[in-house]
Amino acid sequence: MSTTGPRVAEASASPDGDGRTGSGGPRRLWTALDPTKVVYLALAAVIAIGWVLVALDGGAFLTTETIVGIQQRSAALGIVAVGQTLAILAGSLDLSVAYLISLSSLVAAEVMEAGSVPGGVAAVIGVSALVGLVNGLVITKLHVHAFIATLGVALIIKGVLDHLYDGPAGRVPESFQHLGYDRIGPIPVSALLWAAVAGVAWFLLAKSRYGYRVHAVGGDVEVARLSGIRTDRVVVVTHVLCSLCAGIAGLLLASRLGAGVPTVGTDGGYDLESIAAVVLGGTALAGGKGGVAGTVGGVLLLAVLDSVFNQLEVNSFFKDVVRGVVIVAAVALYARRRTS
Amino acid sequence: MDGKGRKSAESSRLLRMVGITKGFLGVRVLTGVDLDVAPGEVHAVVGENGAGKSTLMKILAGVHAPDDGTIEIDGRRVRFGHPLDAQRAGVAIIYQEFNLLPERSVAENVFLGREPSRRGLVDAAAMIRETGRLLAELGEDSFGPRDPVKRLSVAQQQVVEIVKALSLDARIVVMDEPTAALAEHEVELLHRLVRRLQDRGLAVLYISHRLREVFDLTSRVTVLKDGARVACLDTAATGPDELIRLMVGRDLGSYFPPRSSAAGEVRLSVTGGGNAHVHDISLELRAGEIVGLAGLQGSGRTELVKALFGAEPFTTGAMTPVRPRSVREGVAAGLGLVTEDRKAEGLALRQSVRDNALLVARAAGRRVPALTALLERVRLSPPRQEQEVRYLSGGNQQKVVLAKWLVMAPDVLLFDEPTRGVDVGAKAAIHDLMRSVAEEGTAILMISSELPELIGMSDRILVLRDGRLAGELPAGVSEEAIMHLAAGEEDS
Repeated sequence: MSTTGPRVAEASASPDGDGRTGSGGPRRLWTALDPTKVVYLALAAVIAIGWVLVALDGGAFLTTETIVGIQQRSAALGIVAVGQTLAILAGSLDLSVAYLISLSSLVAAEVMEAGSVPGGVAAVIGVSALVGLVNGLVITKLHVHAFIATLGVALIIKGVLDHLYDGPAGRVPESFQHLGYDRIGPIPVSALLWAAVAGVAWFLLAKSRYGYRVHAVGGDVEVARLSGIRTDRVVVVTHVLCSLCAGIAGLLLASRLGAGVPTVGTDGGYDLESIAAVVLGGTALAGGKGGVAGTVGGVLLLAVLDSVFNQLEVNSFFKDVVRGVVIVAAVALYARRRTS
Repeated sequence: MDGKGRKSAESSRLLRMVGITKGFLGVRVLTGVDLDVAPGEVHAVVGENGAGKSTLMKILAGVHAPDDGTIEIDGRRVRFGHPLDAQRAGVAIIYQEFNLLPERSVAENVFLGREPSRRGLVDAAAMIRETGRLLAELGEDSFGPRDPVKRLSVAQQQVVEIVKALSLDARIVVMDEPTAALAEHEVELLHRLVRRLQDRGLAVLYISHRLREVFDLTSRVTVLKDGARVACLDTAATGPDELIRLMVGRDLGSYFPPRSSAAGEVRLSVTGGGNAHVHDISLELRAGEIVGLAGLQGSGRTELVKALFGAEPFTTGAMTPVRPRSVREGVAAGLGLVTEDRKAEGLALRQSVRDNALLVARAAGRRVPALTALLERVRLSPPRQEQEVRYLSGGNQQKVVLAKWLVMAPDVLLFDEPTRGVDVGAKAAIHDLMRSVAEEGTAILMISSELPELIGMSDRILVLRDGRLAGELPAGVSEEAIMHLAAGEEDS
């Protein structure tokens, strides 16, 4: 699944780098800035610039309304991106999340229409865990690269959805729609859900053995294996968790839309966008380095950009151009830091 | 040591390997090798490149299973099916290539895969405390348990590997060429560490090419040659001359093409060339001569030819015709490099013979020449241009690499281990070809770890040691003379 690069290359390259960084103040400051800090600095900068631009335009940027909007827009992507962070950290990735979100929204709406809310939630958890299990097993046991394995699973889900559904289906009871729309003060319930998911993932990564192993497997599978880590198991568990996150995002979207929608995942571009957010947050695409905090920053950065553009009523093509530039620039920045 | 003392020592052996035999794909790598070590002993394992040292150590570490022979630890027979089995039995091996995660901290690396936990959560405090304690025990205060490994020097990373071994309660520590990548002052620190391990009653197996440290550090030395143990000696009772004789002692039975008569004009010259790996290099290569380049692993041979070629350029010094700053400049100046690892660096394996042979010419924007005569000249058999090179034998692959450079009619050809992994017939063909290319006026510099090849082919031999030229030897010099110079033992 992941690349098993030369083991010493990186390790032996660094001392030279250190030798050179010894002198000069700016250099030191530069290396002291890890990507997580960079993304939050960028977030602060975008908020400040956005505030000025919107003010010059005659509007008010940080109103309760926009803050709530930013949170609501980013909650679903944020939850998926947390799962994606785990997969990428472990040296894998998941392209099936978008279709899984659509599938989850339909499963939730159909089961809730026929039965109960808890039943719908349980069904979604079951289905998404199963998808994650398949992803993980195909990658580890059949030795298919994660890109292809999860792309294949994505196509399978797409086929099932296209066959069974022409449009929205099922109905979500009003009681469940509170999840999508309610808020406590300025904080939407969906944002709290995102915070909870991110908190759990952070806790797992920082405090549990599983988290240590995710870092090890993503850092170097061979080193991990020679240290007695059951690397396959780590990858499978990671994919189950990643898919669970997509399932939760599907639940959230079903509650917003009041029904299951077969295109909700792909319309939102959750597959590539979650990967972009993770990478923007400073997690290395090759794995082994990064974390949830950066991803949260990455998602917020994308959402704030969106919000600024919306308020300025910028052409949406231009919006995409800027997003593309921001993502590429951020990764180039991190790469530069690593080699300097 | 008298007979009685030896007897009691025999019974207290911590490790005993008996009759270890191992082959890969029908090629015998080790034949009936015995090795034993006592607690508190530092035991050297020496031998030429390819003598079987690494294979023997990998068998001890559970990476390979022996075809025959037994391993006993504390008198109990053990069988290792996986590196973890060896680890549990108290064997720790510190490879030249470290098994560390650069992005994680020292403590996280030391306890990788067996993190202490409290109530299901990783007990980071205990991990840091224990790592700190072991570091302190080793007298290491230049870094701490929380430092990320990527910030550490090679020597410090080695200390992390040693701490990892200690935290595993290892009793047998294998160190594979531990000083190959270290600077002089770091070597001293490492030796101090090894003595501490010895004081704690650990057995240390110390593989080294550097004879000086064998005599500084070890009490006994096992000499391997061509996969067999040729001697196990008390270090105090032997000397470098005897060790070198035991390591090389064989005849130059093979055939080499006759040497050329005279060297022509200077094709390449360097004065005071240096970069991060090699220092103060001054040399001249003349038309028509084959110059050998000798040196131990880690002495900077490959780095030197890559510097000449422009792949890892010199940062200081003067070079004529030019000091290439890139491969493109090197090629434009008439240089060619036949790399050590032809599969990774020499060939595009899934491309055809034709595409590979034209790789450099096309990259340089030369007109595409007719290949038929050239492929005949390098004696590619069969000379089929459309064949994918991955299906060729090692010898034929190397001929394609040669053709790739001969297309360019280079002034200087650099060879890094030209016949590694090549069968005997193809080897002779490559040797003949090298000589004929030289006679047409190309200057050749050739690295070889096979001393007979180096001696048989070279008109003169340059010897590298620790990234510097240690000296030059004339044609037909003895293997002992080369090893003396390469190992830095010329005075003792």
